[in-house]
Amino acid sequence: MSDAKFFAKGKAAELRLELTSDKKDKNYVRRKTALKRIVANMTMNNNEMIQLFPDVLDCIKLDSLEIKKMCFLYLINYCRLKPDLANKALPVLLDDLRDRSPLIRALSLRTVSCIPLPAFNEALVDPLGRLLRDPDPYVRKTAAFGVAKLWASDAPLVEKSGLIEGVNQLLVDSNPTVVSAGLAALTDITDKSEGMKLAIGYQDASKLVQILGDCNEWSQTYILSALMAYTPQDPAEALLMAERLSPRLQHSNASVVLGTIRVILYLTHYISDDSAIQGLVKRFGPPLVTLLSKPHEIQYVALRNCFLILQQYPQILQNDIKVFFCKYNDPIYIKVTKLEIIFLLASEDNIKEILRELREYASEIDVQFVRKAVRAIGKLAIKINTAARDCIDTLLDLVATRVSYIVQEATVVIKNIFRKYPNKYESIISVLCKNLDSLDEPEAKAAMVWIIGQYADRIENSDELLDEFLFTFKEETIEVQLALLTATVKLFIQRPAKGQELVLQVLKWSTEETDNPDLRDRGYMYWRLLSSASGNADITRQVVMSEKPAISVESDKLDVRTLEELSLNIGSLSSIYLKPVSQIFKGTKARHLEQSPALRRSDSNFESPGFYPNYTAANYFSTNGGDLLSE
Amino acid sequence: MLSAILLYNQKGEVLISRIYRDGLRRSISDLFRIQVISNTDVRSPVLTLGTTTFCHVKHENIYIVAVSRQNADVALIFEFLYKIVALGRAYFGKLDEEAIKNNFTLIYELLDEVMDFGYPQNTETDTLKMYIMTEGVRSEIRAEESRKITMQATGAMSWRRDDIKYRRNEVFVDVFEDVNLLMSATGTVLRADVAGQIILRAFLSGMPECKFGLNDRLLIDQPDDGNSKSKRAAKAAAGSVTLEDCQFHQCVRLGRFDADRTISFIPPDGEFELMKYRATENINLPFTVHVLVNEIGRTKVEYQVAVKATFGAKLFATNVVLKIPTPLNTASVTTHVTQGKAKYEPSENAINWKISRFTGGSEYVFSGEAELLSSMTKHKTWSRPPVAMQFSLMMFTSSGLLVRYLKVFEKSNYSSVKWVRYVVRAGSYEIRF
Repeated sequence: MSDAKFFAKGKAAELRLELTSDKKDKNYVRRKTALKRIVANMTMNNNEMIQLFPDVLDCIKLDSLEIKKMCFLYLINYCRLKPDLANKALPVLLDDLRDRSPLIRALSLRTVSCIPLPAFNEALVDPLGRLLRDPDPYVRKTAAFGVAKLWASDAPLVEKSGLIEGVNQLLVDSNPTVVSAGLAALTDITDKSEGMKLAIGYQDASKLVQILGDCNEWSQTYILSALMAYTPQDPAEALLMAERLSPRLQHSNASVVLGTIRVILYLTHYISDDSAIQGLVKRFGPPLVTLLSKPHEIQYVALRNCFLILQQYPQILQNDIKVFFCKYNDPIYIKVTKLEIIFLLASEDNIKEILRELREYASEIDVQFVRKAVRAIGKLAIKINTAARDCIDTLLDLVATRVSYIVQEATVVIKNIFRKYPNKYESIISVLCKNLDSLDEPEAKAAMVWIIGQYADRIENSDELLDEFLFTFKEETIEVQLALLTATVKLFIQRPAKGQELVLQVLKWSTEETDNPDLRDRGYMYWRLLSSASGNADITRQVVMSEKPAISVESDKLDVRTLEELSLNIGSLSSIYLKPVSQIFKGTKARHLEQSPALRRSDSNFESPGFYPNYTAANYFSTNGGDLLSE
Repeated sequence: MLSAILLYNQKGEVLISRIYRDGLRRSISDLFRIQVISNTDVRSPVLTLGTTTFCHVKHENIYIVAVSRQNADVALIFEFLYKIVALGRAYFGKLDEEAIKNNFTLIYELLDEVMDFGYPQNTETDTLKMYIMTEGVRSEIRAEESRKITMQATGAMSWRRDDIKYRRNEVFVDVFEDVNLLMSATGTVLRADVAGQIILRAFLSGMPECKFGLNDRLLIDQPDDGNSKSKRAAKAAAGSVTLEDCQFHQCVRLGRFDADRTISFIPPDGEFELMKYRATENINLPFTVHVLVNEIGRTKVEYQVAVKATFGAKLFATNVVLKIPTPLNTASVTTHVTQGKAKYEPSENAINWKISRFTGGSEYVFSGEAELLSSMTKHKTWSRPPVAMQFSLMMFTSSGLLVRYLKVFEKSNYSSVKWVRYVVRAGSYEIRF
């Protein structure tokens, strides 16, 4: 058993000779070997293998299952490139569809339906209708997927053939695996079809829940996906269904667990009894935590979905915050998601414990993670009023490490703390001023400049500090330039004598020596304000030093609509990115709640999200780990 | 659902490429190689480029990759990828580059069988082995035979054949517990829990109906009133354990469990994981560790580590290793231990203190010093990773769980022998300092 040697580049001519030579070939050993080399070369993308098309097809007729399987594999791979030649294999395949052995019938069916060529599609319609009613369940199940494949390749052909009706019949099949295959096929088709929609009534949904226990894990997931097509008409009906599904939460397959949660969450929209809903969602907690003992990738999926579910029902894991503490060896993607969950679950009761934990993370190696930990500390000060002092102390402790990126991150969040609690913690400004040299990122610079401008009258040497920043004004990013402009004007208003010289210089730069329209406009606006209101400094002060809108961390939360759509997609890729499906996968049908007398939807759920004028407090946590590329 | 399964070696060469859905270019394999395998900073196992998503797991020296072009069930994808690993183990002992290259045609056959149109099908080894076999034993399967196989593959009990016979009917029950600990520098337990699994190796004839009993009191559905803590403690004293949650193999009847908490099932043949559980209350920590680390200036770190076994003197733990981290600029290390051996491993930035046999009740001490290089470059603070401990301890459970009974009923009424074994291992057993 050392087939590894076949992974060497082969020559087509040489292999053809092996396949076609009429020397004795007992048990087809020679041809088997040649075909193995061809399959290996095909895997390595050796395009020379395409030349062997007729020779490989000739082997299909040989009486050996092993050879046949290799030929089929070859055919599926290259059929598109040689459609005319491929058609020659059709008679053998169609013949196999009538083989006595159900395994052969299914194998041949799987192969034919994989080949998206018109001749194959058309030749398959009639046999497929027959195989949907095959006496063998294994063949019927394969036929169900066959219809879905055929539809993907030629939808009109299938829709006029009556095959969809045939799959529909499978939903009352006596074999649970066949039922689930039928559902999977129909779900696959209707997810993409313009005109068709899957709808399941209560009686059928009820039967599906009943056969769940007789299906293998994968079939269970297909049934769970299909149950999303059931629209409860009555709250009691929805509740009963949810109750009957909940034992599935104990399944060891993460997809079954998350699929069950998805369906139950969907059903809660149709249940009127709030305490019953609380009872149902409370059962999600333990199974979700148990998924955290699975392999890392599955833990990651579980965590992303925890984060999603906790947005709506934070109470289900409120007391389990410790399970989200990072292990030293957790991969970065797990640590980042855990951090987001910890932030979400933070409250007055556990804040001390959390701060100790975050302080620990801030000393780790991964720069991006450390930054997120520091930001989280700052945001906690804003989220939990009573903890502000503790958070600030922790931040100052971190600033003292003088690690550049920690200081910068801390500067940014401290600015927001000043915004939230004006005139309360200014005593720490002096600490920040000691670390000006380590600021080299625009966001941190802009934050520091804002602080200097805002508290220009309290910082003894504010003019000198600003002057230092202004030295490189022209090289700065627009973000920093705007901040410098505003800060200089603030300085001038609060300490006219010290700011006069600087403000003239900056206004000149901003209006006459810049190409950026934003900067120029703002420059002109200040200029006009300062010159026209010379006799009325109070007005200028009112405008420039006006009271800021309050900031909060609520803007990090997903809005109600997105949350609702995501909760209907629990366990799917969109739950990893926490973005609406349509933003990631264009052309995918969005899931939404079907109308029904039982549907609870108070309009208050859909007030427009609040107005958050602050442009830096939002989006501290990028939701996708920076991996998402849009088209 | 899935569009393709790809297997790569570490160099990024494709070992297996099975495409299930139309619409993928053949160059798709290059995309993953460039974006993930050649990338030194991969921050997620899921990568979406345009509308194509790659989900991957790394196993041994290979990458197993699923390609999808829609909003697929990502939990299902990873469960399936790990199922491929399990199948590889069951068929070839392990799934690495060598095994794949040596069995690539068989793997293609398996991939054709376990997935259709990107939907996972029957993945039970027991059934698959009936008709997909390693070379040498393969014979063409007769039609009657194949009918039996198809019934098995689509049946309600796809995990078991009905013609199994053993002369001696035996079941081995292994209770494995991974105890996780996170202790703060001040010695408070930040987190302690147990992730347990119960592995059965069932060698039973026919279609045995099994009932399994533990000393558990499930927490679920209990009203969470103020004094529940004290109740649980009382229960622990009375010899029962509180499991936070359980998850079962698909053979267990979940409806029954939900109704009356009985674990009943017809097992697959051979080894399988019957259940997983989690416990967080009254955890018995087999070892307590005290760590003292002093950084003396920039050139020296002093260590003092004491570890004590809290279990009874009749038991002993094996393979005990404490991994004591050292700064990156460590030049040399001196150690002194009262038991076992301590060795500095520069490549791991740690001192490994090994004690091959650790008797219950005893306490051992490590003391040492690390001399540091005073480098010219800017002094970077040491992140002080936690001390991590490994061990394995037989006939002890940290959760207090015990197997009460395992009853086997079969229509031929044979008697069967049952064996139970308990092992506690360190999961992530970490002590900060």
